[in-house]
Amino acid sequence: MSPMAVDGSLERLRREGRIVVVGASLAGLRAAETLREEGFTGTLTMIGDEPYEPYDRPPLSKQVLLGRVPADHTALPRSRAIEAQWRLGAAATGLDPSAKRVALADGTSVEYDRLLIATGVRSRPWPNELEAGLDGVFVLRTRDDATRLRHRLKAGPSRVLVIGAGFTGSEIASVCRERDLPVTVAERGPAPLSGALGSVIGDVAAELQHQHGVDLRCGVMVTGLEGDGVGRLRRAHFSDGGTVDAEVAVVALGATRNTEWLAGSGLAAGPRGIACDAGCRAFDVRGIVADDVFVAGDVARSPHPLFGYRFLSLEHWGNAVAQAEVAAHNMICRAEERRPHLWTPYFWSAQFGVNIKSVGVPNMADQIIVSQGSLGEHRFTAAYGYQGRVIAAVTFDQAKWLEFYQRQIEQAAPFPPPFATVDRRTEGMRPVPAGFPDPSVPTHGPQVTVSGYSPTDQRVTFTPAGHGRQA
Amino acid sequence: MRVVVDLNRCQGYAQCAFLAPDVFAMHGEEALLYDGQPDDTRRLDVLRAEAACPVKAITVEGAGAAWTAEGAGVSDGG
Ligand SMILES: Cc1cc2nc3c(=O)[nH]c(=O)nc-3n(C[C@H](O)[C@H](O)[C@H](O)COP(=O)(O)OP(=O)(O)OC[C@H]3O[C@@H](n4cnc5c(N)ncnc54)[C@H](O)[C@@H]3O)c2cc1C
Ligand code: SF4
Repeated sequence: MSPMAVDGSLERLRREGRIVVVGASLAGLRAAETLREEGFTGTLTMIGDEPYEPYDRPPLSKQVLLGRVPADHTALPRSRAIEAQWRLGAAATGLDPSAKRVALADGTSVEYDRLLIATGVRSRPWPNELEAGLDGVFVLRTRDDATRLRHRLKAGPSRVLVIGAGFTGSEIASVCRERDLPVTVAERGPAPLSGALGSVIGDVAAELQHQHGVDLRCGVMVTGLEGDGVGRLRRAHFSDGGTVDAEVAVVALGATRNTEWLAGSGLAAGPRGIACDAGCRAFDVRGIVADDVFVAGDVARSPHPLFGYRFLSLEHWGNAVAQAEVAAHNMICRAEERRPHLWTPYFWSAQFGVNIKSVGVPNMADQIIVSQGSLGEHRFTAAYGYQGRVIAAVTFDQAKWLEFYQRQIEQAAPFPPPFATVDRRTEGMRPVPAGFPDPSVPTHGPQVTVSGYSPTDQRVTFTPAGHGRQA
Repeated sequence: MRVVVDLNRCQGYAQCAFLAPDVFAMHGEEALLYDGQPDDTRRLDVLRAEAACPVKAITVEGAGAAWTAEGAGVSDGG
């Protein structure tokens, strides 16, 4: 960009403007790094309600609970110095977009020229407050949660109950078995992971849990947690009339978006996140995009052309990184240089010694086909179809195939795939229903929420921006 | 020293686990576990692993040019 082409006010913003980032975690940090990388030399303020500098969450339910690394070994590396004013341990409590001011819990406020909202999500707590307060009842979202839970697992409880078998719940169950702790998993759906991956793959996940000695109870809900005389968790009651005695219960019922602080701001912010355009600019309640308020990470919902322009909110590490980079770029560039966030959803999970990876949006699919490997061997690649095109793929210990399917998704390739893949077994020959629960029934924590208009047009030509950042 | 691995990018080639076994370890066939804050004495191993990773999934703090770590405080840039 030639300096002459930049209009005066943008040049001033880049040189001496004030950018405020609310939410000092993965998305916030990556945005800050990108701003500096792209030449922003003004004031950068990072506001975070946690007392810690940005840290990485995925290890919390894996190596940290396993006891391999302490929770404070997860601080994120800086790819460069960001020269920020840090306001840690200070929650943002309000936003006045016309005065361009963020109010903080300590009574102070910070003014901005551009604002990035990256406040993420928090764990959905156990709905009964008294029961949630019992000693032994945990959630897992933050470093502090992980430290507390790790400490308790180390003490060797007689039994752990995991409520909800989504990715986080399943990873926790896996850790318990690896630590040789008796564990019961209660899941409302027909199988673990079935909300995110469907029941065909869910059945494989169930088999893995059984094989590793998990007491898995599907199709049941936990109806109550019972304490002893001194307020320690003792027992859980199930909807089928059963009970289980447990000293520890981990509530893994998905997450709630951190948007309450935006009440009254006029932004289109609600329990499903903050709506923004593909350029990460926030919508206000009238459906008009703001020029100076941007959104990134788990808290954002944005339309994706590859998925019928439906609004997607993703609770994925890679999405937070990619969206933060786009938001930061768009915050300080000219209108014609803005980039869209057209990331193809991508995530991983590790449980029971298996590396699970997914690309695309599995829970939009109507059909599934095992294209390589075998479900029975727990080592396979499954492709997901939606109205005759490939919409997602999931691998169990076959991650190397995902990139190929990413391209298939981006090209709206036909489903079932017409090619004869290597190593195709008989079980994978014919597509079968993917087995997703009725979407009108609320489930805990699907990692992808698909909402909004579903056009019948299924042919999208799409040039991806590439996932993740080339380091 | 701080490290993060983009596990979307990681293909489980285990190069890192071979070069810096105290920091990176395979867990099962394909899944990678690592210590995000290894001891500074491991720095050389970790930088070797970073360089050897075929998909460039490993980010090491300060591995690039002039960079000064000042924790969470305001640092002097570079
Ligand atoms: C246990 C666990 C395991 C995970 N494993 C995986 C995995 O294997 N693969 C994968 O792809 N993803 C995984 N994820 C998801 C991944 O960690 C998230 O997608 C990522 O952290 C999103 O980053 P973010 O910056 O958008 O939000 P967050 O990381 O949620 O950060 C938001 C920050 O904003 C702060 N905040 C909220 N409200 C305010 C306020 N009003 N004022 C100031 N600060 C505020 C929060 O406290 C938080 O620090 C996992 C998450 C967890 C919790
Ligand atoms: S070398 Fe790279 S791809 Fe291989 S396991 Fe390590 S991080 Fe993953």
